[in-house]
Amino acid sequence: MYQDVILDHYKHPHGRGLRSGDAEVHHVNPTCGDEITLRVRYEGGTVADVSYEGQGCSISQASASVLNELLVGKDLGEALGIQATFLELMQSKGRITPDEQMEEVLEDAVAFAGVSKYPARVKCALLSWMAWKDATAKALGEAAWEAAGQERRTA
Amino acid sequence: MSGEVLPGEAPAVLPGLLDTEAIRKDFPILDRTVHDGRKLIYLDSAASSQKPRQVLDTLQSYYERHHANVHRGVHVLAEEATALYEAARDKVAAFVNAPSRDEVVFTKNASESLNLVANMLGWADEPYRVDASTEIVITEMEHHSNIVPWQLLAQRTGATLKWFGLTDDGRLDLSDIEQVITEHTKVVSFVLVSNVLGTVNPVEAIVRRAQEVGALVVIDASQAAPHMPLDVQALQADFVAFTGHKMCGPTGIGVLWGRQELLEDLPPFLGGGEMIETVTMHSSTYAPAPHKFEAGTPPIAQAVGLGAAVDYLSGIGMDRIAAHEHAITEYALRRLSAVPDLRIVGPVSAADRGATLSFTLGDIHPHDVGQVLDEQGIAVRVGHHCARPVCLRYGIPATTRASFYLYSTPAEVDALAEGLEYVRGFFA
Ligand SMILES: Cc1ncc(COP(=O)(O)O)c(C=O)c1O
Repeated sequence: MYQDVILDHYKHPHGRGLRSGDAEVHHVNPTCGDEITLRVRYEGGTVADVSYEGQGCSISQASASVLNELLVGKDLGEALGIQATFLELMQSKGRITPDEQMEEVLEDAVAFAGVSKYPARVKCALLSWMAWKDATAKALGEAAWEAAGQERRTA
Repeated sequence: MSGEVLPGEAPAVLPGLLDTEAIRKDFPILDRTVHDGRKLIYLDSAASSQKPRQVLDTLQSYYERHHANVHRGVHVLAEEATALYEAARDKVAAFVNAPSRDEVVFTKNASESLNLVANMLGWADEPYRVDASTEIVITEMEHHSNIVPWQLLAQRTGATLKWFGLTDDGRLDLSDIEQVITEHTKVVSFVLVSNVLGTVNPVEAIVRRAQEVGALVVIDASQAAPHMPLDVQALQADFVAFTGHKMCGPTGIGVLWGRQELLEDLPPFLGGGEMIETVTMHSSTYAPAPHKFEAGTPPIAQAVGLGAAVDYLSGIGMDRIAAHEHAITEYALRRLSAVPDLRIVGPVSAADRGATLSFTLGDIHPHDVGQVLDEQGIAVRVGHHCARPVCLRYGIPATTRASFYLYSTPAEVDALAEGLEYVRGFFA
Protein backbone atom coordinates (compact mmCIF):
# COMPACT_ATOMS: atom_id res chain seq x y z
CA MET A 1 0.00 0.00 0.00
CA TYR A 2 2.83 2.42 0.82
CA GLN A 3 4.24 2.80 -2.70
CA ASP A 4 7.38 4.92 -2.99
CA VAL A 5 5.42 7.42 -5.04
CA ILE A 6 3.00 7.87 -2.14
CA LEU A 7 5.77 8.25 0.44
CA ASP A 8 7.48 10.71 -1.86
CA HIS A 9 4.41 12.92 -2.16
CA TYR A 10 3.91 12.64 1.61
CA LYS A 11 7.43 13.78 2.39
CA HIS A 12 7.61 16.41 -0.34
CA PRO A 13 4.08 17.66 -0.97
CA HIS A 14 3.21 19.70 -4.06
CA GLY A 15 1.41 22.99 -3.72
CA ARG A 16 0.83 22.78 0.00
CA GLY A 17 -0.22 25.97 1.83
CA LEU A 18 -3.25 28.18 1.40
CA ARG A 19 -3.24 30.78 -1.39
CA SER A 20 -5.98 33.01 -2.70
CA GLY A 21 -8.98 31.29 -4.17
CA ASP A 22 -12.61 31.63 -5.30
CA ALA A 23 -13.95 29.24 -2.70
CA GLU A 24 -12.79 27.41 0.39
CA VAL A 25 -14.05 24.24 2.03
CA HIS A 26 -13.10 22.31 5.14
CA HIS A 27 -13.54 18.54 5.12
CA VAL A 28 -12.90 16.03 7.88
CA ASN A 29 -12.74 12.29 8.00
CA PRO A 30 -14.47 11.60 11.32
CA THR A 31 -13.18 8.06 11.68
CA CYS A 32 -9.56 9.13 11.98
CA GLY A 33 -9.55 12.89 12.36
CA ASP A 34 -7.90 13.69 9.01
CA GLU A 35 -8.69 17.28 8.10
CA ILE A 36 -8.19 19.44 5.07
CA THR A 37 -8.88 23.06 4.23
CA LEU A 38 -8.84 23.48 0.48
CA ARG A 39 -9.19 26.45 -1.86
CA VAL A 40 -9.75 26.51 -5.61
CA ARG A 41 -9.12 29.31 -8.05
CA TYR A 42 -10.48 29.26 -11.58
CA GLU A 43 -9.43 31.32 -14.59
CA GLY A 44 -11.93 30.98 -17.37
CA GLY A 45 -12.64 27.27 -17.46
CA THR A 46 -9.22 26.33 -16.16
CA VAL A 47 -8.14 25.13 -12.73
CA ALA A 48 -5.68 27.92 -11.94
CA ASP A 49 -4.79 26.74 -8.45
CA VAL A 50 -5.70 24.23 -5.75
CA SER A 51 -4.15 25.16 -2.44
CA TYR A 52 -4.60 23.28 0.80
CA GLU A 53 -3.56 22.89 4.38
CA GLY A 54 -4.34 19.90 6.50
CA GLN A 55 -3.29 17.24 8.89
CA GLY A 56 -3.66 13.57 8.58
CA CYS A 57 -2.12 10.30 7.58
CA SER A 58 0.36 9.83 4.77
CA ILE A 59 -2.38 8.59 2.44
CA SER A 60 -4.57 11.67 2.85
CA GLN A 61 -1.63 14.04 2.61
CA ALA A 62 -0.03 12.37 -0.39
CA SER A 63 -3.36 12.23 -2.14
CA ALA A 64 -3.81 16.00 -1.80
CA SER A 65 -0.34 16.53 -3.25
CA VAL A 66 -1.10 14.27 -6.22
CA LEU A 67 -4.39 16.11 -6.75
CA ASN A 68 -2.60 19.42 -6.93
CA GLU A 69 -0.07 18.07 -9.39
CA LEU A 70 -2.71 16.48 -11.60
CA LEU A 71 -5.47 19.07 -11.69
CA VAL A 72 -3.76 22.47 -11.73
CA GLY A 73 -3.65 23.75 -15.28
CA LYS A 74 -6.35 21.40 -16.57
CA ASP A 75 -9.67 22.64 -17.88
CA LEU A 76 -12.65 21.81 -15.72
CA GLY A 77 -14.04 19.06 -17.94
CA GLU A 78 -10.76 17.19 -17.98
CA ALA A 79 -10.25 17.71 -14.24
CA LEU A 80 -13.67 16.23 -13.56
CA GLY A 81 -12.79 13.28 -15.74
CA ILE A 82 -9.64 12.67 -13.71
CA GLN A 83 -11.59 12.97 -10.47
CA ALA A 84 -14.16 10.44 -11.69
CA THR A 85 -11.47 7.99 -12.76
CA PHE A 86 -9.70 8.29 -9.42
CA LEU A 87 -13.00 7.72 -7.62
CA GLU A 88 -13.64 4.63 -9.71
CA LEU A 89 -10.20 3.26 -8.89
CA MET A 90 -10.55 3.94 -5.17
CA GLN A 91 -13.96 2.30 -5.00
CA SER A 92 -12.76 -0.81 -6.82
CA LYS A 93 -11.82 -2.75 -3.64
CA GLY A 94 -8.56 -3.71 -5.31
CA ARG A 95 -10.30 -5.25 -8.31
CA ILE A 96 -9.01 -2.74 -10.85
CA THR A 97 -5.44 -3.05 -12.04
CA PRO A 98 -4.82 0.23 -13.82
CA ASP A 99 -4.27 -0.26 -17.55
CA GLU A 100 -2.25 2.02 -19.78
CA GLN A 101 -5.19 4.25 -20.50
CA MET A 102 -5.89 4.74 -16.83
CA GLU A 103 -2.24 5.39 -16.13
CA GLU A 104 -2.26 8.10 -18.72
CA VAL A 105 -5.17 9.83 -17.01
CA LEU A 106 -4.09 9.32 -13.41
CA GLU A 107 -0.28 9.46 -13.63
CA ASP A 108 1.08 9.25 -10.03
CA ALA A 109 -2.41 8.65 -8.69
CA VAL A 110 -2.37 5.04 -9.93
CA ALA A 111 -0.07 4.35 -6.99
CA PHE A 112 -3.20 4.48 -4.82
CA ALA A 113 -4.64 1.34 -6.45
CA GLY A 114 -3.33 -0.72 -3.52
CA VAL A 115 -5.07 1.54 -1.00
CA SER A 116 -8.44 0.58 -2.46
CA LYS A 117 -8.05 -2.84 -0.84
CA TYR A 118 -8.18 -1.25 2.63
CA PRO A 119 -11.73 -0.02 3.28
CA ALA A 120 -10.60 1.96 6.32
CA ARG A 121 -8.14 3.94 4.21
CA VAL A 122 -10.17 4.69 1.07
CA LYS A 123 -11.75 7.67 2.79
CA CYS A 124 -8.27 9.02 3.57
CA ALA A 125 -7.32 8.88 -0.09
CA LEU A 126 -10.57 10.50 -1.20
CA LEU A 127 -10.66 13.30 1.36
CA SER A 128 -8.98 15.98 -0.76
CA TRP A 129 -10.76 14.87 -3.94
CA MET A 130 -14.16 15.23 -2.34
CA ALA A 131 -13.09 18.59 -0.92
CA TRP A 132 -11.95 19.70 -4.37
CA LYS A 133 -15.26 18.73 -5.96
CA ASP A 134 -17.17 20.52 -3.24
CA ALA A 135 -15.03 23.67 -3.52
CA THR A 136 -15.38 23.69 -7.28
CA ALA A 137 -19.16 23.49 -7.10
CA LYS A 138 -19.09 26.35 -4.63
CA ALA A 139 -16.74 28.46 -6.77
CA LEU A 140 -18.54 28.01 -10.04
CA GLY A 141 -22.11 27.93 -8.84
CA GLU A 142 -24.49 25.12 -9.60
CA ALA A 143 -25.22 26.11 -13.21
CA ALA A 144 -21.63 26.06 -14.45
CA TRP A 145 -21.13 22.88 -12.49
CA GLU A 146 -24.02 21.13 -14.20
CA ALA A 147 -22.84 22.34 -17.57
CA ALA A 148 -19.34 21.05 -16.96
CA GLY A 149 -20.72 17.66 -15.97
CA GLN A 150 -22.83 17.62 -19.11
CA GLU A 151 -19.88 18.49 -21.29
CA ARG A 152 -17.81 15.72 -19.78
CA ARG A 153 -20.52 13.13 -20.28
CA THR A 154 -20.97 14.00 -23.93
CA ALA A 155 -17.23 14.32 -24.60
CA MET B 1 20.28 4.66 33.35
CA SER B 2 19.35 1.73 35.53
CA GLY B 3 16.43 -0.35 34.39
CA GLU B 4 16.99 0.59 30.77
CA VAL B 5 16.41 -2.26 28.38
CA LEU B 6 18.39 -2.27 25.21
CA PRO B 7 16.69 -3.26 22.01
CA GLY B 8 17.25 -6.93 21.38
CA GLU B 9 18.00 -7.68 24.99
CA ALA B 10 16.01 -10.64 26.27
CA PRO B 11 13.17 -9.43 28.49
CA ALA B 12 14.01 -9.64 32.13
CA VAL B 13 11.85 -11.96 34.17
CA LEU B 14 9.24 -9.63 35.52
CA PRO B 15 7.74 -10.10 38.96
CA GLY B 16 4.12 -11.15 39.07
CA LEU B 17 3.80 -12.54 35.57
CA LEU B 18 1.25 -15.26 34.94
CA ASP B 19 2.15 -18.48 33.18
CA THR B 20 1.22 -17.08 29.80
CA GLU B 21 2.40 -20.17 28.00
CA ALA B 22 -0.37 -22.14 29.66
CA ILE B 23 -2.94 -19.35 29.41
CA ARG B 24 -2.34 -18.78 25.71
CA LYS B 25 -3.24 -22.42 25.04
CA ASP B 26 -6.77 -21.52 26.14
CA PHE B 27 -7.10 -18.88 23.40
CA PRO B 28 -7.12 -20.61 20.02
CA ILE B 29 -7.12 -17.35 18.08
CA LEU B 30 -3.73 -16.36 19.49
CA ASP B 31 -2.25 -19.20 17.47
CA ARG B 32 -3.27 -17.84 14.12
CA THR B 33 -1.03 -16.05 11.72
CA VAL B 34 -1.75 -12.99 9.61
CA HIS B 35 -0.22 -11.48 6.46
CA ASP B 36 1.51 -14.54 5.03
CA GLY B 37 2.53 -16.40 8.12
CA ARG B 38 3.33 -13.67 10.59
CA LYS B 39 2.59 -14.45 14.20
CA LEU B 40 -0.40 -12.48 15.46
CA ILE B 41 0.47 -10.07 18.26
CA TYR B 42 -2.88 -8.93 19.60
CA LEU B 43 -2.57 -5.66 21.48
CA ASP B 44 -6.18 -4.51 21.16
CA SER B 45 -7.88 -6.11 24.15
CA ALA B 46 -9.18 -2.77 25.41
CA ALA B 47 -11.41 -2.70 22.34
CA SER B 48 -12.40 -6.33 22.75
CA SER B 49 -10.65 -9.25 24.40
CA GLN B 50 -10.18 -12.66 22.85
CA LYS B 51 -12.18 -15.64 24.13
CA PRO B 52 -10.86 -18.73 25.89
CA ARG B 53 -11.87 -22.22 24.78
CA GLN B 54 -13.86 -22.56 28.02
CA VAL B 55 -16.23 -19.78 26.90
CA LEU B 56 -16.44 -21.03 23.33
CA ASP B 57 -17.24 -24.56 24.53
CA THR B 58 -19.94 -23.26 26.85
CA LEU B 59 -21.62 -21.38 24.00
CA GLN B 60 -21.44 -24.43 21.79
CA SER B 61 -22.89 -26.81 24.34
CA TYR B 62 -25.58 -24.33 25.32
CA TYR B 63 -26.86 -24.24 21.76
CA GLU B 64 -26.30 -27.94 21.13
CA ARG B 65 -27.99 -29.21 24.28
CA HIS B 66 -29.95 -26.64 26.28
CA HIS B 67 -31.38 -23.85 24.21
CA ALA B 68 -34.97 -22.66 24.58
CA ASN B 69 -36.51 -19.37 25.58
CA VAL B 70 -36.16 -18.58 29.27
CA HIS B 71 -38.75 -18.21 32.06
CA ARG B 72 -42.20 -19.72 32.37
CA GLY B 73 -41.50 -22.64 30.05
CA VAL B 74 -42.63 -25.95 31.50
CA HIS B 75 -40.48 -28.21 29.39
CA VAL B 76 -37.01 -29.54 30.11
CA LEU B 77 -35.09 -27.31 27.75
CA ALA B 78 -36.83 -24.14 28.96
CA GLU B 79 -36.03 -25.07 32.51
CA GLU B 80 -32.42 -25.82 31.69
CA ALA B 81 -31.97 -22.61 29.71
CA THR B 82 -33.55 -20.60 32.51
CA ALA B 83 -31.35 -22.27 35.11
CA LEU B 84 -28.23 -21.55 33.06
CA TYR B 85 -29.23 -17.95 32.43
CA GLU B 86 -29.99 -17.32 36.08
CA ALA B 87 -26.84 -19.15 37.16
CA ALA B 88 -24.88 -16.69 35.05
CA ARG B 89 -26.50 -13.92 37.06
CA ASP B 90 -25.31 -15.59 40.27
CA LYS B 91 -21.79 -15.83 38.91
CA VAL B 92 -21.68 -12.20 37.86
CA ALA B 93 -23.14 -11.13 41.22
CA ALA B 94 -20.41 -13.05 43.05
CA PHE B 95 -17.74 -11.70 40.68
CA VAL B 96 -18.52 -8.08 41.64
CA ASN B 97 -19.44 -8.92 45.25
CA ALA B 98 -23.03 -7.73 44.82
CA PRO B 99 -25.09 -8.05 48.02
CA SER B 100 -27.93 -9.58 46.01
CA ARG B 101 -28.26 -11.40 42.69
CA ASP B 102 -31.34 -9.30 41.97
CA GLU B 103 -29.10 -6.28 41.58
CA VAL B 104 -27.54 -7.65 38.40
CA VAL B 105 -29.35 -6.53 35.23
CA PHE B 106 -28.27 -8.06 31.94
CA THR B 107 -28.07 -5.64 29.02
CA LYS B 108 -26.45 -5.91 25.64
CA ASN B 109 -23.31 -3.89 26.48
CA ALA B 110 -21.99 -1.12 28.70
CA SER B 111 -23.47 1.52 26.42
CA GLU B 112 -26.96 0.13 26.98
CA SER B 113 -26.34 -0.07 30.72
CA LEU B 114 -25.38 3.61 30.87
CA ASN B 115 -28.27 4.66 28.63
CA LEU B 116 -30.58 2.65 30.86
CA VAL B 117 -29.52 4.59 33.96
CA ALA B 118 -29.74 7.95 32.19
CA ASN B 119 -33.25 7.15 30.99
CA MET B 120 -34.42 5.85 34.37
CA LEU B 121 -33.33 9.09 35.97
CA GLY B 122 -35.04 11.16 33.30
CA TRP B 123 -38.36 9.45 33.93
CA ALA B 124 -37.96 9.02 37.68
CA ASP B 125 -40.04 10.74 40.37
CA GLU B 126 -38.42 12.69 43.16
CA PRO B 127 -35.99 12.36 44.77
CA TYR B 128 -34.15 10.92 41.75
CA ARG B 129 -35.62 12.98 38.99
CA VAL B 130 -33.17 14.92 36.80
CA ASP B 131 -34.77 18.16 35.61
CA ALA B 132 -33.94 21.73 34.62
CA SER B 133 -32.97 22.73 38.14
CA THR B 134 -30.39 19.97 38.50
CA GLU B 135 -26.87 19.16 37.35
CA ILE B 136 -25.22 16.10 35.89
CA VAL B 137 -21.46 15.63 36.37
CA ILE B 138 -19.16 13.57 34.17
CA THR B 139 -15.45 13.88 33.24
CA GLU B 140 -13.45 14.84 30.20
CA MET B 141 -11.96 11.33 29.96
CA GLU B 142 -15.23 9.48 29.40
CA HIS B 143 -15.92 7.10 26.56
CA HIS B 144 -18.62 8.50 24.27
CA SER B 145 -20.92 5.90 25.88
CA ASN B 146 -20.70 7.83 29.13
CA ILE B 147 -21.00 11.27 27.53
CA VAL B 148 -23.74 11.08 24.94
CA PRO B 149 -26.47 9.50 27.14
CA TRP B 150 -25.97 12.34 29.64
CA GLN B 151 -25.95 14.97 26.91
CA LEU B 152 -29.24 13.53 25.67
CA LEU B 153 -30.66 13.54 29.18
CA ALA B 154 -29.52 17.14 29.70
CA GLN B 155 -31.08 18.22 26.40
CA ARG B 156 -34.37 16.50 27.16
CA THR B 157 -34.71 17.69 30.72
CA GLY B 158 -32.93 21.04 30.64
CA ALA B 159 -30.45 19.85 33.26
CA THR B 160 -26.93 21.29 33.20
CA LEU B 161 -24.06 19.03 32.20
CA LYS B 162 -20.76 19.68 33.98
CA TRP B 163 -17.46 17.82 33.98
CA PHE B 164 -14.07 17.44 35.57
CA GLY B 165 -11.14 18.44 33.40
CA LEU B 166 -7.82 16.62 33.09
CA THR B 167 -4.34 17.40 34.29
CA ASP B 168 -1.40 17.46 31.90
CA ASP B 169 -0.26 14.06 33.13
CA GLY B 170 -3.55 12.38 32.33
CA ARG B 171 -5.37 12.40 35.64
CA LEU B 172 -8.66 13.88 36.74
CA ASP B 173 -8.35 17.45 37.93
CA LEU B 174 -10.35 17.35 41.15
CA SER B 175 -9.00 20.65 42.48
CA ASP B 176 -12.41 22.27 41.95
CA ILE B 177 -14.46 19.31 43.14
CA GLU B 178 -16.61 21.46 45.43
CA GLN B 179 -17.59 23.73 42.54
CA VAL B 180 -18.20 20.87 40.11
CA ILE B 181 -20.25 18.68 42.44
CA THR B 182 -22.76 20.90 44.25
CA GLU B 183 -26.11 20.63 46.04
CA HIS B 184 -27.72 20.81 42.59
CA THR B 185 -25.89 17.70 41.39
CA LYS B 186 -28.25 14.77 40.94
CA VAL B 187 -25.85 12.29 39.41
CA VAL B 188 -22.09 11.87 38.99
CA SER B 189 -20.97 9.39 36.35
CA PHE B 190 -17.33 8.58 35.71
CA VAL B 191 -15.02 5.99 34.33
CA LEU B 192 -13.07 3.80 36.76
CA VAL B 193 -10.25 3.09 34.29
CA SER B 194 -9.85 5.26 31.19
CA ASN B 195 -9.87 3.41 27.87
CA VAL B 196 -7.46 5.94 26.34
CA LEU B 197 -5.21 7.16 29.13
CA GLY B 198 -5.19 4.02 31.25
CA THR B 199 -5.72 6.15 34.34
CA VAL B 200 -7.31 4.50 37.36
CA ASN B 201 -9.47 7.17 38.96
CA PRO B 202 -9.70 7.96 42.68
CA VAL B 203 -13.18 6.64 43.36
CA GLU B 204 -13.25 7.40 47.03
CA ALA B 205 -12.72 11.16 46.76
CA ILE B 206 -15.46 11.51 44.15
CA VAL B 207 -17.93 9.25 45.94
CA ARG B 208 -17.39 11.05 49.22
CA ARG B 209 -18.21 14.42 47.67
CA ALA B 210 -21.21 13.00 45.78
CA GLN B 211 -22.58 11.48 48.96
CA GLU B 212 -22.13 14.79 50.78
CA VAL B 213 -24.52 16.46 48.37
CA GLY B 214 -26.82 13.45 47.97
CA ALA B 215 -25.99 12.75 44.32
CA LEU B 216 -26.17 9.28 42.80
CA VAL B 217 -22.89 7.76 41.62
CA VAL B 218 -22.60 5.80 38.37
CA ILE B 219 -19.30 4.08 37.57
CA ASP B 220 -18.30 2.94 34.10
CA ALA B 221 -16.21 -0.11 34.92
CA SER B 222 -15.86 -1.36 31.34
CA GLN B 223 -12.06 -1.23 31.51
CA ALA B 224 -11.89 -2.29 35.15
CA ALA B 225 -14.03 -5.43 35.37
CA PRO B 226 -11.76 -7.35 32.97
CA HIS B 227 -8.54 -6.39 34.69
CA MET B 228 -8.84 -6.04 38.45
CA PRO B 229 -10.92 -7.26 41.39
CA LEU B 230 -14.20 -5.34 41.33
CA ASP B 231 -16.23 -4.95 44.50
CA VAL B 232 -19.37 -2.87 44.05
CA GLN B 233 -19.84 -2.62 47.81
CA ALA B 234 -16.34 -1.26 48.36
CA LEU B 235 -16.83 1.24 45.54
CA GLN B 236 -19.97 2.54 47.30
CA ALA B 237 -21.47 3.46 43.97
CA ASP B 238 -25.16 3.33 43.13
CA PHE B 239 -24.72 1.88 39.65
CA VAL B 240 -21.82 0.10 37.98
CA ALA B 241 -21.77 -0.69 34.25
CA PHE B 242 -19.52 -3.05 32.30
CA THR B 243 -19.46 -5.04 29.11
CA GLY B 244 -18.92 -8.77 28.55
CA HIS B 245 -16.84 -8.80 25.39
CA LYS B 246 -13.90 -7.01 27.01
CA MET B 247 -13.66 -9.62 29.78
CA CYS B 248 -13.36 -12.84 27.78
CA GLY B 249 -17.12 -13.07 27.28
CA PRO B 250 -19.16 -13.00 24.08
CA THR B 251 -20.37 -9.83 22.38
CA GLY B 252 -23.97 -8.82 22.97
CA ILE B 253 -23.96 -9.03 26.75
CA GLY B 254 -23.42 -6.26 29.28
CA VAL B 255 -24.18 -5.71 32.93
CA LEU B 256 -25.75 -3.00 34.98
CA TRP B 257 -25.37 -3.47 38.68
CA GLY B 258 -27.63 -1.19 40.72
CA ARG B 259 -28.48 -0.89 44.40
CA GLN B 260 -31.62 -2.84 45.10
CA GLU B 261 -33.76 -0.02 46.49
CA LEU B 262 -32.94 2.12 43.46
CA LEU B 263 -33.83 -0.63 41.03
CA GLU B 264 -37.09 -1.07 42.90
CA ASP B 265 -37.92 2.64 42.95
CA LEU B 266 -36.87 3.63 39.46
CA PRO B 267 -39.19 3.24 36.47
CA PRO B 268 -38.53 0.79 33.64
CA PHE B 269 -37.15 2.07 30.35
CA LEU B 270 -37.96 -0.53 27.70
CA GLY B 271 -41.29 -2.32 27.83
CA GLY B 272 -42.04 -5.79 26.57
CA GLY B 273 -42.24 -9.43 27.50
CA GLU B 274 -40.39 -10.71 30.57
CA MET B 275 -40.53 -7.33 32.34
CA ILE B 276 -44.18 -7.36 33.39
CA GLU B 277 -46.23 -8.75 36.21
CA THR B 278 -49.65 -8.27 34.67
CA VAL B 279 -50.91 -6.48 31.60
CA THR B 280 -54.35 -5.19 30.69
CA MET B 281 -55.21 -3.06 27.69
CA HIS B 282 -55.08 -0.02 29.95
CA SER B 283 -51.99 -0.50 32.04
CA SER B 284 -49.42 -2.88 33.36
CA THR B 285 -47.57 -3.64 36.51
CA TYR B 286 -43.96 -4.64 36.39
CA ALA B 287 -41.92 -7.59 37.45
CA PRO B 288 -39.49 -6.94 40.28
CA ALA B 289 -35.90 -6.03 39.44
CA PRO B 290 -33.84 -7.20 37.68
CA HIS B 291 -36.52 -8.50 35.28
CA LYS B 292 -38.23 -5.11 35.20
CA PHE B 293 -35.25 -3.89 33.20
CA GLU B 294 -34.88 -6.89 30.91
CA ALA B 295 -37.64 -6.45 28.33
CA GLY B 296 -37.92 -9.11 25.66
CA THR B 297 -35.95 -12.29 25.12
CA PRO B 298 -32.57 -11.61 26.70
CA PRO B 299 -29.19 -12.54 25.23
CA ILE B 300 -29.37 -15.98 26.82
CA ALA B 301 -26.37 -17.72 25.30
CA GLN B 302 -24.31 -14.57 25.73
CA ALA B 303 -25.17 -14.35 29.43
CA VAL B 304 -24.29 -18.01 29.87
CA GLY B 305 -21.04 -17.33 28.03
CA LEU B 306 -20.31 -14.40 30.31
CA GLY B 307 -20.86 -16.71 33.27
CA ALA B 308 -18.20 -19.01 31.84
CA ALA B 309 -15.87 -16.04 31.30
CA VAL B 310 -16.29 -14.96 34.88
CA ASP B 311 -15.53 -18.51 36.03
CA TYR B 312 -12.42 -18.51 33.86
CA LEU B 313 -11.17 -15.17 35.18
CA SER B 314 -11.93 -16.09 38.80
CA GLY B 315 -10.17 -19.42 38.31
CA ILE B 316 -6.99 -17.54 37.49
CA GLY B 317 -7.68 -14.85 40.09
CA MET B 318 -8.37 -11.21 39.42
CA ASP B 319 -5.61 -10.07 41.76
CA ARG B 320 -3.12 -12.21 39.85
CA ILE B 321 -4.37 -10.83 36.54
CA ALA B 322 -3.97 -7.30 37.89
CA ALA B 323 -0.42 -8.09 39.06
CA HIS B 324 0.47 -9.54 35.66
CA GLU B 325 -0.83 -6.51 33.83
CA HIS B 326 0.93 -4.19 36.23
CA ALA B 327 4.26 -5.88 35.48
CA ILE B 328 3.60 -5.74 31.72
CA THR B 329 2.58 -2.08 31.96
CA GLU B 330 5.74 -1.15 33.85
CA TYR B 331 7.83 -2.95 31.28
CA ALA B 332 5.95 -1.46 28.33
CA LEU B 333 6.25 2.07 29.72
CA ARG B 334 9.98 1.50 30.06
CA ARG B 335 10.40 0.06 26.56
CA LEU B 336 8.19 2.61 24.84
CA SER B 337 9.71 5.64 26.52
CA ALA B 338 13.01 4.55 24.98
CA VAL B 339 11.57 4.88 21.46
CA PRO B 340 12.63 8.30 20.11
CA ASP B 341 9.82 10.83 19.52
CA LEU B 342 7.32 8.65 21.34
CA ARG B 343 5.04 10.55 23.69
CA ILE B 344 2.82 8.69 26.12
CA VAL B 345 -0.62 10.25 26.40
CA GLY B 346 -1.60 9.46 29.97
CA PRO B 347 0.28 8.72 33.18
CA VAL B 348 3.91 7.80 32.53
CA SER B 349 4.26 5.70 35.66
CA ALA B 350 2.49 2.41 36.29
CA ALA B 351 1.02 3.56 39.59
CA ASP B 352 -2.81 3.79 39.48
CA ARG B 353 -2.71 2.85 35.87
CA GLY B 354 -4.17 0.11 33.73
CA ALA B 355 -2.52 -1.79 30.89
CA THR B 356 -3.71 0.53 28.13
CA LEU B 357 -1.03 2.72 26.58
CA SER B 358 -1.84 5.52 24.17
CA PHE B 359 0.92 7.41 22.45
CA THR B 360 1.95 9.55 19.53
CA LEU B 361 5.06 8.91 17.48
CA GLY B 362 6.58 12.15 16.22
CA ASP B 363 4.21 13.53 13.65
CA ILE B 364 3.55 10.19 12.03
CA HIS B 365 -0.21 9.81 11.86
CA PRO B 366 -1.60 6.98 14.02
CA HIS B 367 -3.26 5.48 10.94
CA ASP B 368 0.13 5.04 9.39
CA VAL B 369 1.62 3.71 12.62
CA GLY B 370 -1.20 1.17 12.94
CA GLN B 371 -1.04 0.10 9.32
CA VAL B 372 2.71 -0.51 9.28
CA LEU B 373 2.47 -2.36 12.62
CA ASP B 374 -0.32 -4.48 11.16
CA GLU B 375 1.93 -5.46 8.29
CA GLN B 376 4.19 -6.93 10.97
CA GLY B 377 1.30 -8.81 12.56
CA ILE B 378 0.88 -6.37 15.44
CA ALA B 379 -2.75 -5.39 16.06
CA VAL B 380 -3.19 -2.02 17.79
CA ARG B 381 -6.02 0.49 17.67
CA VAL B 382 -5.72 3.96 16.17
CA GLY B 383 -7.98 6.99 16.28
CA HIS B 384 -9.74 8.76 19.11
CA HIS B 385 -10.96 5.52 20.77
CA CYS B 386 -14.50 6.85 21.20
CA ALA B 387 -13.17 9.48 23.59
CA ARG B 388 -12.61 12.40 21.29
CA PRO B 389 -12.60 15.05 24.06
CA VAL B 390 -9.41 13.44 25.41
CA CYS B 391 -7.65 14.04 22.08
CA LEU B 392 -8.96 17.60 21.97
CA ARG B 393 -7.71 18.16 25.52
CA TYR B 394 -4.18 17.11 24.60
CA GLY B 395 -4.23 18.84 21.22
CA ILE B 396 -3.75 15.72 19.11
CA PRO B 397 -5.97 14.39 16.33
CA ALA B 398 -5.66 10.78 17.39
CA THR B 399 -3.42 8.28 19.15
CA THR B 400 -2.08 4.80 18.67
CA ARG B 401 -3.17 2.54 21.51
CA ALA B 402 -1.66 -0.73 22.63
CA SER B 403 -3.56 -2.60 25.31
CA PHE B 404 -2.53 -5.70 27.20
CA TYR B 405 -4.37 -8.49 28.96
CA LEU B 406 -3.77 -11.68 30.88
CA TYR B 407 -2.36 -13.39 27.78
CA SER B 408 0.09 -10.60 26.87
CA THR B 409 3.80 -11.31 27.18
CA PRO B 410 6.97 -9.24 27.58
CA ALA B 411 8.07 -10.60 24.19
CA GLU B 412 5.01 -8.92 22.66
CA VAL B 413 6.05 -5.66 24.29
CA ASP B 414 9.47 -6.10 22.69
CA ALA B 415 7.86 -6.76 19.31
CA LEU B 416 5.84 -3.57 19.67
CA ALA B 417 8.89 -1.48 20.58
CA GLU B 418 10.84 -2.91 17.66
CA GLY B 419 7.86 -2.47 15.36
CA LEU B 420 7.67 1.19 16.31
CA GLU B 421 11.35 1.66 15.52
CA TYR B 422 10.63 0.18 12.12
CA VAL B 423 7.69 2.55 11.63
CA ARG B 424 9.94 5.52 12.40
CA GLY B 425 12.48 4.40 9.84
CA PHE B 426 9.75 3.81 7.27
CA PHE B 427 8.41 7.36 7.38
CA ALA B 428 11.72 9.09 8.12
C1 LIG C 1 -14.53 2.97 29.21
C2 LIG C 1 -15.53 2.38 28.27
N1 LIG C 1 -16.83 2.62 28.46
C3 LIG C 1 -17.76 2.10 27.66
C4 LIG C 1 -17.43 1.32 26.59
C5 LIG C 1 -18.52 0.82 25.70
O1 LIG C 1 -18.60 -0.56 25.66
P1 LIG C 1 -19.64 -1.20 24.65
O2 LIG C 1 -19.26 -0.70 23.30
O3 LIG C 1 -19.44 -2.67 24.80
O4 LIG C 1 -20.98 -0.73 25.04
C6 LIG C 1 -16.08 1.05 26.33
C7 LIG C 1 -15.66 0.22 25.19
O5 LIG C 1 -15.41 0.59 24.09
C8 LIG C 1 -15.11 1.60 27.19
O6 LIG C 1 -13.81 1.40 26.98
